[in-house]
Amino acid sequence: MKDHDLFSGGISRRTMLLATGAAAGASLLPSFAFAEDQPPLGTWPAGSSGDSVSIGVAVPRTGTYAVQGEDELKGWELAVEHMNTGHDLMKQFVPSLTKGLLGKEVKLLVADSAAKPNDAVQAEQRFIADNKIVLMTGSTSSAVAVALNHLADREKVLYLAGISGSNDTTGKDCVRYGFRQNFFGQTAAAAIGPVLVKAFGKNRKAAFMTPDYTYGHTVTKSVNDYLTQNAGWTQVTDQVSPLGTQDFSQYLTNIANSGAEFLINVNWGRDAVLSTQQAKQFGLLPTMNLVIPYQIPFLSKEVGADVMEGVYAATDFWWTQEDQYPLAKMFVEAFFKKYGYRPEWGAENSYVSFAHWARVVTEAGTFYPPDVIKTWEKGETMPSLLGDVHYRPEDHQCVRPVVIVRGKKPSDMKNDEDFWEVLEVVPGEGLMQAPDAFGCQLGSYT
Amino acid sequence: MVNWANFLSQMFNGLVLGALLALISSGLTIIYGTLGVLNLAHGAMFMLGGYAGYVAFSYTGSFPLAVVVGTLFVMLVGVLMERGIIRYFYNRPAEDQILVTFGLGIVFVEAVRFFFGSLSKSVPPPPGLVGITNLGFMVYPTYRLALFGIVAVALLVLYLVLYRTKLGMIVRAGIEDPVMVGSLGINVYRVFMLVFGIGAAAAGFAGIVNAPVVSLAPDVGEPILVQTFVVVVIGGVGSFPGAVLGGLIAGEIISITSMFNPGYAYVMLFVAMTLVLVLRPYGLLGSASRE
Repeated sequence: MKDHDLFSGGISRRTMLLATGAAAGASLLPSFAFAEDQPPLGTWPAGSSGDSVSIGVAVPRTGTYAVQGEDELKGWELAVEHMNTGHDLMKQFVPSLTKGLLGKEVKLLVADSAAKPNDAVQAEQRFIADNKIVLMTGSTSSAVAVALNHLADREKVLYLAGISGSNDTTGKDCVRYGFRQNFFGQTAAAAIGPVLVKAFGKNRKAAFMTPDYTYGHTVTKSVNDYLTQNAGWTQVTDQVSPLGTQDFSQYLTNIANSGAEFLINVNWGRDAVLSTQQAKQFGLLPTMNLVIPYQIPFLSKEVGADVMEGVYAATDFWWTQEDQYPLAKMFVEAFFKKYGYRPEWGAENSYVSFAHWARVVTEAGTFYPPDVIKTWEKGETMPSLLGDVHYRPEDHQCVRPVVIVRGKKPSDMKNDEDFWEVLEVVPGEGLMQAPDAFGCQLGSYT
Repeated sequence: MVNWANFLSQMFNGLVLGALLALISSGLTIIYGTLGVLNLAHGAMFMLGGYAGYVAFSYTGSFPLAVVVGTLFVMLVGVLMERGIIRYFYNRPAEDQILVTFGLGIVFVEAVRFFFGSLSKSVPPPPGLVGITNLGFMVYPTYRLALFGIVAVALLVLYLVLYRTKLGMIVRAGIEDPVMVGSLGINVYRVFMLVFGIGAAAAGFAGIVNAPVVSLAPDVGEPILVQTFVVVVIGGVGSFPGAVLGGLIAGEIISITSMFNPGYAYVMLFVAMTLVLVLRPYGLLGSASRE
């Protein structure tokens, strides 16, 4: 038989050349093996054909959200380190983890977004073109999250939202290629609303401070809708300020003259620090009750525990939950050991969302995006630092608990980072809107 | 929303904000007027004044000392900057001047971020100026009231330097006609160094006295820079009285518009600037010779 010629010593020069060429071609272009059912898509297979894969991070390291961005970045760095070293905590999420993901080292590429959508999109486009990244992350501004969502869908590269509180991220701006782990306007409102009504009763007057972009508008709407519809509260004024405002005197003067009993501050990052400090300067605090519906990492550290005493807030995670949750304890210890302070929820969201991605990729057994997405959309139960969670296939939003906290009296603090008392951990299932309530329509896989 | 108490309060806000803008802008405008250099590092120098004062306050607990250190440090930075870099750019195109000062601003901001991080730093007001004061029609933070006085005094000092001293006379003459001043045998370059130092000191002083109102962060000077440019354009490039008038007008426009809708505050500010540019291209108190 002709085939046997290869082994019988009767190899022609032509056959030898053909065989060598085919072997070399196969090793150089492994995608040929998948050509039928997994055609090249986005950065696949180029991004995962070597012995490492890269993740592109566009995070604010300057500007209004710089402080929170640095904390998030540390969460991603720790997660990647744990993936590459096969750390015990990461193994809780990915039981079969050894070192690296699917045998490949994971690398992190970082760019400063200054929380500006244009900067973030440009940075990620560069990472896609030059480094063939297999995953994008970043934000700390829902305006960035929404922009990167759409970039992800266009470029067919997965995107995990960093901190993003807008209902739109997994609502009207949801995409097939985007996933979000953290809580958001709707779940924050549904969790903190009942607590406020229980603590302060019905028919109260509230002034809102709202940053002028998708996060601010959707969070204010969700919180206001809950309080007006369920307890007859009145929004006496809504002071909308641009991101990066430094002098809030005009806004605070309007609030001082509005007759409000509550100051519901939706501002975030440095905007929240300055507006809260200046509210105190104007004597609005502690006369009015301050409410922070979407907690800001390091706010208490920056404005002082005395200002935050008794303030109600909703958050994703607070480090003292390590006493109830073993994974939270492992995370806080590992983070503290590496960085010398206790992580806030930005770092928690970073770590957990990466761990979820690592789990799904491992289960899918490939970096091929449609397979990863379809595995994720099975909606399987997976661990988080606060117990089991799952993602909804309809909008790619993680169904996870929201933590209600209240600012501690400075004299009750056990250490200089013990700012919040955890009042309730509200299960996520009862907080979620119907999957199509915010207009989510996921796009195609390919 | 629109009631007299609110209106008066906002007028007051406008006055305080305007005075601060006037002080920072006057530094920018005398540098540009005399040297012809558009100093895009001016916002960063405002920030440097705050941080230098913060360091002094951390060690001594004295607010007045913090103000002195903040002002002198930035004055020194200004002089070194002029001697070491800016003077080589006097005869180069405006684009080069803009790029070099913009670059220096970035260096200052990132150096501060490197040493201090991004977490806000607070400088409390002096003990006697803490809390709020009841003015009858409104309650107002005591330090902000004092700030208006402090800045007014600083502007007066700047006025006296510019209008009642020989140096001031040379500076003003330099703004109007630098060629003639040089022809008279005056060492224009030494004057340039002093002008840069004084302009920088005004920014540094504003940076530290504003620190108890707006806590410090490396980016604190960025929005201030934009506002001061608008003030200078409204008031007239190179005009000290123009900077004061422009500052007060800008402060009032921002505050009064905020009473109706804060979202339009800066829109109205830019509308005002556009109107000035159309009707009086050299600014309210500017003159063609300064261009």
